[in-house]
Amino acid sequence: MNVYAIRAIYINELSRTWRTLYQSIASPVISTALYFVVFGSAIGSRMQAIDGVSYGAFIVPGLILLTVLTESVSNASFGIYLPRFLGTIYELLSAPISAVEVVIGFVGAAATKSVILGLIIFTTARLFVPFEVVHPVLAFLYLVLLSMTFALFGFILGLWADGFEKLNLIPMMVISPLTFLGGTFYSIDMLPGVWRQIALFNPIVYLIEGFRWTFYDIATLAPLISLGLTVAMLAACFAVVVWIFRTGYRLRN
Amino acid sequence: MTNILAIERLTKTYDNGFVALKGVDLAIAQGEIFALLGPNGAGKTTLIGIVCGLVRATSGKVTVDGCDIAADYRRARQKIGLVPQELATNQFETVLEAVRFSRGLFGKAPDPVHFERVLRDLSLWDKKDQRIGALSGGMKRRVLIAKALAHEPQILFLDEPTAGVDVELRRDMWEMVRRLREKGVTVILTTHYLEEAEDMADRVGVINQGELILVEEKHALMRRMGQIRVTIGLAQKLEAPPEGLSDLPLDLSADGTTLSFTQKGEDCDDRLGALLKTLVARGIEFRSVNSERSSLEDIFIDLVGRRR
Repeated sequence: MNVYAIRAIYINELSRTWRTLYQSIASPVISTALYFVVFGSAIGSRMQAIDGVSYGAFIVPGLILLTVLTESVSNASFGIYLPRFLGTIYELLSAPISAVEVVIGFVGAAATKSVILGLIIFTTARLFVPFEVVHPVLAFLYLVLLSMTFALFGFILGLWADGFEKLNLIPMMVISPLTFLGGTFYSIDMLPGVWRQIALFNPIVYLIEGFRWTFYDIATLAPLISLGLTVAMLAACFAVVVWIFRTGYRLRN
Repeated sequence: MTNILAIERLTKTYDNGFVALKGVDLAIAQGEIFALLGPNGAGKTTLIGIVCGLVRATSGKVTVDGCDIAADYRRARQKIGLVPQELATNQFETVLEAVRFSRGLFGKAPDPVHFERVLRDLSLWDKKDQRIGALSGGMKRRVLIAKALAHEPQILFLDEPTAGVDVELRRDMWEMVRRLREKGVTVILTTHYLEEAEDMADRVGVINQGELILVEEKHALMRRMGQIRVTIGLAQKLEAPPEGLSDLPLDLSADGTTLSFTQKGEDCDDRLGALLKTLVARGIEFRSVNSERSSLEDIFIDLVGRRR
């Protein structure tokens, strides 16, 4: 295994975050903090508790995921798209690196950024809303797993996209709406009949449910289903990335 | 001398049906400077791209120092450095960060001593902490070379390295190529400046429409395919070309004061020597002898033009 190459890519990607600190960290943290101010402190205090959890605390896991999922996709997609756009991809393709090593470097860095972001948002949320985490270790591990899965998905997006517009399309037009409608602000049990059935087709519902379970030990859907779905998504994305590198799709002309 | 690069029956057909390479065979000896020449779209960049791992070959085999580029790609690629044609750089990185990143990609631990040596050789040391985006085009070109040398490759590919580069930088670059050769590095270059190939290369390969139409030692090529035009200024007018030299296509100028001939092939110098001896033997005095040899560029244009 080319450990130096993985390290080089990983450090290079994290350096990019450092160079764009406001855009990478400050901006999403401030945006999410505003949700906590509005829905957690201002409106939340007048809302009913859900399954025994105050409304302000109830939305914390969903809001953390809202940022973590979109940023995982954005970071990883931008990370691999930028060298393609600039033409510096030639270095990666001509280096003695396997597809797996490239993925570990890029996805590892994107996931690391997202986890850091998630932890910052978690800490910020504590400033506005009082809550305790029932399964802190599981919560952290699940956050890492979700960050990796969506970073891997973002990596595929970055390989597929042929312009910045497409790069922003999926996080803005797919991930964000699905997360908003995936139970961030409500329990799917609160949805009337047919809408609940429709919501079950949204994979993000399962992820938020699973993550919320690690926080408060409450779940409408079985946590193992959430875990199984996440692992399946991770495996599917990994298989697609390996296929891309084997065939050279959009990489080796 | 052992071959560091061996290419056998290499073909490449792109998805759109364009055949870029049609069964190329080529062997490059260790430590030589090889110039690959050809018009635009001839297949030079595709050939380099396949060896470096940027393009997948349709068929054929390439080995680098005995390592197959497909089956043993890690060892093969570690031996190769590539300076691409385009100025592809990350504008936001500093020079030193970029060089360190390149060395890491090729599986080597950071080596500050090597970084300093490479950057000093390329007059980049005082700019090591500057962002690449703030550098001039010529300096960016140097950064690309520094990145390609960061992992101490045995073969360096220079794809049009002096395109858009000023005279001073071009001279520095060729100085550096000479120093690399002294260290045993094999240099394979493509260039549009044929006088550079003529000046630098040990051997020359000409590729046209995906076929390697010629590979030859540079001096041998110029002897074999070059021509010499000799003009002799006579001290006295002649009425007709001297007899007994019918094997030479001699021309006498209209005013009878200049003899000239154009000779192709390897024995130009022998022919000229024989002519001068004959003139002296016959008491024909001459005031001047001028000779003009064709350049590699003339040979290249002749070769490629014939195939069009």
